[in-house]
Amino acid sequence: MDDIITIYVTDLHGDRHEIQAPTDMGLNVMEAIKANNLPVKATCGGMAMCATCNVIIKSDHELPEMSESEEDMLDEAFVLEVEGSRLSCQIPVSAEIDGLELSMAPLSNPED
Amino acid sequence: MIETDIIIIGAGPCGLFTVFEAGLIKLRCHLIDSLAQPGGQLAEIYPKKPIYDVPGFPSILAGELVDNLIKQGEPFKPGFTLGERAEQIEKTEDNQFIVTTNRGTQHKAPVVAIAGGLGCFEPRKPELTNLEKYEDHGVDYIIKDPEKFRDKNVVIAGGGDSALDWSIFLADVAKSVTLVHRRSKFRGALDSVEKVEMLSQAGKIDLITNAEITELGGGSDLESVHIFKKLEETSVIKDVDYFIPLFGLSPKLGPLKEWGLNLNKESIPVNTVDYSTSVPGIYAIGDINDYEGKLRLILCGFHEATIMVQSAYRRIHPEKNLVLKYTTVSGVNAFN
Repeated sequence: MDDIITIYVTDLHGDRHEIQAPTDMGLNVMEAIKANNLPVKATCGGMAMCATCNVIIKSDHELPEMSESEEDMLDEAFVLEVEGSRLSCQIPVSAEIDGLELSMAPLSNPED
Repeated sequence: MIETDIIIIGAGPCGLFTVFEAGLIKLRCHLIDSLAQPGGQLAEIYPKKPIYDVPGFPSILAGELVDNLIKQGEPFKPGFTLGERAEQIEKTEDNQFIVTTNRGTQHKAPVVAIAGGLGCFEPRKPELTNLEKYEDHGVDYIIKDPEKFRDKNVVIAGGGDSALDWSIFLADVAKSVTLVHRRSKFRGALDSVEKVEMLSQAGKIDLITNAEITELGGGSDLESVHIFKKLEETSVIKDVDYFIPLFGLSPKLGPLKEWGLNLNKESIPVNTVDYSTSVPGIYAIGDINDYEGKLRLILCGFHEATIMVQSAYRRIHPEKNLVLKYTTVSGVNAFN
């Protein structure tokens, strides 16, 4: 279907998962990860107020620019300087990110 | 030993509302929370965010909802053990529970309600050698008693609301307040940012942006911090009594894992008849529990608390029949 995209998620054990997400549900990437039953802590639920949905983007997709609050939050969690570091809750699921490749970052570990 | 009817572990919205619902059926509650103030993540993470799905409130700020819940529970005189983490639960021979905190405070009750949300909030710590050595010897992550800082030299690090709010508050208490932030802009609420800037211009807060603490110095107690200014690429050493890093808190399930309850990943499976856990007398409500169809919403937590206290009542008073009363009929009868 046209309105379903694929995202490749490498979990904290190094296993790569192919997940699907609809683009017409107003989802963000964190929610897409959650909806596919992959572990992500996501304490604040998507407000860019914690950093527990932190991911490392591996592909060269053009992503929406980081908002100031996302940048501040990543900085406060000491992960702003990590290459590709983003808050997955701040990336909307859209056709533009079809095929996105990302790895879960340690802060997202629900068991930590 | 603090004695009550229901020990509530977690003073978030769900725990706070339990006080009210328990009070209506004449049960007393005592809340334990690792944070220094009630409200859980609403108070700690997003006090100034509006919530739109609390029935009857088209929009309410998280902090206001917490204030209202505290006020709603006030007639029932709840007890609070704040800034202490519930560490251990033991069952006594007379079928009660003793909950002990990390500071050794003990609580006894026939019923325990775990309203622990996502777990205990633990401080995010900056990577500094010696940091742990100075914990409780000059380094504090939560402020429980601001009087501790009276006439002391305090350095606060961070850029969010708690760093801003505490800098503002301590400006009138401490001998000196230095606020160090890694960036030039602050993440906190605009009015707090403006207030800090005003206090900085008035010389009441020494505001150092684009800077970070790189080293701690002292003997057995903290005596100084090194502040590295990124733009100038210079370091200054500041004599301090206290260093308070406020880089936010992250929830951890913590000691709950050791309490002998059945767990499903990071949550506690419950029977939806009364939100009881695998241990009779221990209930779990709110974000911490899990059942088929579970939604982690404040409003669902309120429902769970209401149902749960009925079951708690039957456990505490098996000889009595409980009749549902409406507040419109009976009103709210405050405890003495």
